[in-house]
Amino acid sequence: MKGFNYLHNVSTLKLNEGACIGCGRCTEVCPHQVFSLREKKARFIAFDACMECGACAKNCPAAAIQVDAGVGCASGLIQEWLRDQDICGFGKAVC
Amino acid sequence: MTGKGRVPQITTALTFADRLGAWKARWGIGRMRYMVPPGLYAIGIPTPDDPVLVTANYKMSYDLVRNALAGRHVWLLVLETYGINVWCAAGKGTFGTEELVRRIGMSGLAQVVKHRRLILPILGAPGVAAHDVAKLTNFNVQYAAIKSSSLPAYLDNGLVTTPAMREMTFTLRERLVLIPVELASALIPTAIVAAALFMISALLYGPAWALTAVAAYLGAVVTGIALVPALLPCLPGRSFAGKGIVAGLTWTAVFYLAEGGRGWGLSATFAAFLALPAVSAFYALNFTGCTNFTSRSGVKKEMRIALPAMACALLISIIVILTGRFL
Repeated sequence: MKGFNYLHNVSTLKLNEGACIGCGRCTEVCPHQVFSLREKKARFIAFDACMECGACAKNCPAAAIQVDAGVGCASGLIQEWLRDQDICGFGKAVC
Repeated sequence: MTGKGRVPQITTALTFADRLGAWKARWGIGRMRYMVPPGLYAIGIPTPDDPVLVTANYKMSYDLVRNALAGRHVWLLVLETYGINVWCAAGKGTFGTEELVRRIGMSGLAQVVKHRRLILPILGAPGVAAHDVAKLTNFNVQYAAIKSSSLPAYLDNGLVTTPAMREMTFTLRERLVLIPVELASALIPTAIVAAALFMISALLYGPAWALTAVAAYLGAVVTGIALVPALLPCLPGRSFAGKGIVAGLTWTAVFYLAEGGRGWGLSATFAAFLALPAVSAFYALNFTGCTNFTSRSGVKKEMRIALPAMACALLISIIVILTGRFL
């Protein structure tokens, strides 16, 4: 994505190259072109562009990709934390 | 209309009511109830060989998709996402494998079309496992494009995605349309804080000072909610809280100069330059949820540092103001 960069080296994305069957689904579904297919294996070409949406892991038929998928949303995370702390009246979904 | 039973035919032109509905949703008015019934629809007069496109039942998503398909003959399968757009619903899993499989069954799609191909938005992929859909229904999922506006080019290109159709953007216009709903949702908490701030400052320093304090606070809120998104690529650094601090400091400096800050006194000046950027930074951090490139791990990392820092800044400002008043 041109013109926008988020924090370096924070993504939980993991690729098991040994398990990759080279189908290329990850390159189709990734909205930030994190992967590229070379010699019938998926490789990272833009690891820091990953926003952990989980599309690649969900669509990998070989289960070669793992990521702690979720939404990069501060208010969502605050609500999640409030819900975990069981603070009354909070934790309702907004979006 | 064709195949099994009747499939409702829908128009592709957007009416004034559709545009008004979209405008209201952008301001958060009835946004959570802005939906259309899920199911299979016909655009134009599609044959059993024509493509099937899939979208969410948020009315704004449905409107954008049908409008992009003007003059085409296609099937539109609308999933029940409870009025949430494709991207957010995919994140929650409602735009997902289970609902897609169920909707294919309920609509009798296999009897309506001869082929076994579904065209999905790329931003729906976090919820849908294409290989599972194929196993369960024999329908093959193709992820077409990021934006509905690419659909005509995709259909004309023989259902092949070009790199441009896969490119995510976050233009000034795309950022600006997100601001109204953020302003609307901040209205009540901001009003409560502004009222409390007015009363406390009025008690300590009198009503003239209280008005200045409220104006400074409201400016810091608007800076975080509106100015940071508008200027996002121009603000330095990668951290949203950091961008918020820069914007908030700028606002405080402008307000200081415009309001004759030299008369504020040392403690009020110190407190203003500490607390106001923290307020802007909070709303800037909040904007991470509206963007299409921030990661959960990244936001967590920022929050772990930024939230305690903001709380400290506010606390120190309050202590400084009170000590300045009573010592």
